[in-house]
Amino acid sequence: MATESIGWWGVPLAIAAGTIRGSAPFLFVSLGECLTEKSGKINLGLEGTLLMGAMSAYAISYLSSSNGIPTWLAPWLGVFTAGVAGMLLGTIHGWLSQQPKVNDVAVGIAMIIFGSGIAFFFGKAFIQPVAPQLPAFELGNWSDIPSIKAALKISPLFLIGVAIAPIMQWFFKSTRWGLYIRAVGDSPEAAKAMGISVYKVRMFSIIAGSFLAGIGGAYLSLYYPGSWSERISSGQGLMAVALVIFARWNPVQCLYAALLFGGAQAIGPALQSVGVNSYYYLFNASPYIFTLAIMIITCSPKRTLSGSPGALGTEN
Amino acid sequence: MSTRHPLHLNRRQIIRGILATTAFGVSSRLWTGCTPNTPPSATTPATPTNSASTGAVKPITMGFIYVGPKDDYGYNQAHALGKEGVSKLPWVKTVEQANVPETTEVQEAMRNMIEQDGATVLFPTSFGYFDPHILKLAQEYPEVQFFHCGGLYVDGKHPKNVGSYYGYIDEAQYIAGIVAAHTTKTGKLGFVAAKPIPQLIRNINSFTLGARSVNPKITTQVIFTGDWSLPVKEAEAANSMIDQGVDVLTCHVDSPKVVMETAEKRGVFCSGYHANQAILAPKGYITGAEWDWTNVYSRYAEMIRDGKTLMNGGISHLVRGGLKDGFCKLSNYGSVVGEAAKKDADAAKAKFIDGSMVIYKGELKDNTGKTVVASAKEYKQEDPELEKMNWLVEGVLGSATS
Repeated sequence: MATESIGWWGVPLAIAAGTIRGSAPFLFVSLGECLTEKSGKINLGLEGTLLMGAMSAYAISYLSSSNGIPTWLAPWLGVFTAGVAGMLLGTIHGWLSQQPKVNDVAVGIAMIIFGSGIAFFFGKAFIQPVAPQLPAFELGNWSDIPSIKAALKISPLFLIGVAIAPIMQWFFKSTRWGLYIRAVGDSPEAAKAMGISVYKVRMFSIIAGSFLAGIGGAYLSLYYPGSWSERISSGQGLMAVALVIFARWNPVQCLYAALLFGGAQAIGPALQSVGVNSYYYLFNASPYIFTLAIMIITCSPKRTLSGSPGALGTEN
Repeated sequence: MSTRHPLHLNRRQIIRGILATTAFGVSSRLWTGCTPNTPPSATTPATPTNSASTGAVKPITMGFIYVGPKDDYGYNQAHALGKEGVSKLPWVKTVEQANVPETTEVQEAMRNMIEQDGATVLFPTSFGYFDPHILKLAQEYPEVQFFHCGGLYVDGKHPKNVGSYYGYIDEAQYIAGIVAAHTTKTGKLGFVAAKPIPQLIRNINSFTLGARSVNPKITTQVIFTGDWSLPVKEAEAANSMIDQGVDVLTCHVDSPKVVMETAEKRGVFCSGYHANQAILAPKGYITGAEWDWTNVYSRYAEMIRDGKTLMNGGISHLVRGGLKDGFCKLSNYGSVVGEAAKKDADAAKAKFIDGSMVIYKGELKDNTGKTVVASAKEYKQEDPELEKMNWLVEGVLGSATS
């Protein structure tokens, strides 16, 4: 049984494993929000979108597998549906928040309540059933230690998310469409002068961002922790929206921030499992302490937040 | 920017819409609200014992409030099943509300049940509802009876119309501990816990004592997540304990679903809590400690029907019971449970049922080495001393203070 117990090595291992397991929802939501905010709109409603994605992915995965769709395909259908459900919520937000004299933060808060409300309403019937889960790549088979094997199970969705971050960076920097989004976000008047429809670009950004957030929800309910319940997101969507500011509207930094938060979730439990029993509330709060510390270190009284889109949050 | 597009609404239309919605919302009280769950047989004549005095019994309206969804495989599901059971009685009308947080919102929920549904008996089931929410409403409505699950009623300090009920589910946990001790290969058990409240600590201790009655070398690792429902933290806690070699997991959180599924995915054993979770872990489920609230609620309903109340002393302010009184039960043993385990577990169960079993008897040490129960001293299950438990017994790895 010597290989079963790994003692203090469990802490870094648990944090690494927690990073791999737990950061994908943060990653998808913050990438989605990054795209949305680059176009100059804030979508606080992604918490509701995350829940809606989690619910619809679980429901579709369960329903389709019980209607004869093979179990390898059913969860992927769920993921796709989660994205579509996210897009629907995004369409509502995109339309509402672009009405004259409408504040997008207020609409976002309404969308949190709306999204979580309909997710809870339709999700009632799916709390009990067990839906087929997404597969994982088992990269740890070289090791004899079961905990390393378990830690190195990587969901393909997580890898997709990791790949999207640099692609989005490149998209913003080097493509015409990326330029459109940045122009609309920084200076809508200039964008209009270029002949770009501010309304359409923002609509596209919000819908695409909500699609990503819906996928993040699918990860929650179909991979880790892997079941649908009304507390499944426990505020992760809102945290991810805040991460975008923390990451200075830069997709690759969103990736790092999401990894940090995913790993930090594991600190409290991992330390308790090796016998550090005091201050677990404090350890559970560690991601927030990190955020505050990094914000304090990187802030400067001489300039505004670097990277912030110029027209972010202003009335259109 | 005044970009016109087809979906543009002018101000008049918006104001009209707002007015219509407001009217709709205001009038909604007339046609919605908590649907009373009266069984179709409500019109049948009352039982003979009562028809003698009043002719027909006035239905008793009981309100149930849960902190989470009703079908979470956990605490709330157990209570909702109890409510379903009691609502089958023809002279009981039940109303319920799920997902009520432990904030002033629960006061509103209780007030609505009293004012609108005419509830005279309330069962707000979550631990955090008690202080200050129930205490405040109990003063405001002295004629309504409030029964709280798990609270510690203090005579003289709390209003007369507040009562508390709870089951000694730690008896079932003790037996689950025995089964776990026979099943474990590493000698390490794991317990995913929410917050260090006395009832939860008692479950940890009883589980551990049950396990150590089989093999005194067994340890129980405890991880507190910090709240009743944090699925991601619960999964992390389960994973990190499994990484440390724990091979039987149990828990005390609102919804054990995530813990059970994580244990099953990692190929270790698990023991359920609150309700039967065997279906979630067909391979690794060994047994579980379940509530049986139908029994408890029906007994309350009968006492109230017979005119007994908390205020006139007919109902005890503290109602407690264990396996013997049918407050809790054990899930059926899973397929991995061996004959020796079943024999030991059944023997302990028989002793609980005939009342000869005492879990907390001296000498017991806590996990810092301090003697907490002196030798020759016995705490019977109903001893109020046990409801103040704030120590973890020897063999538990963890700390009850934050």
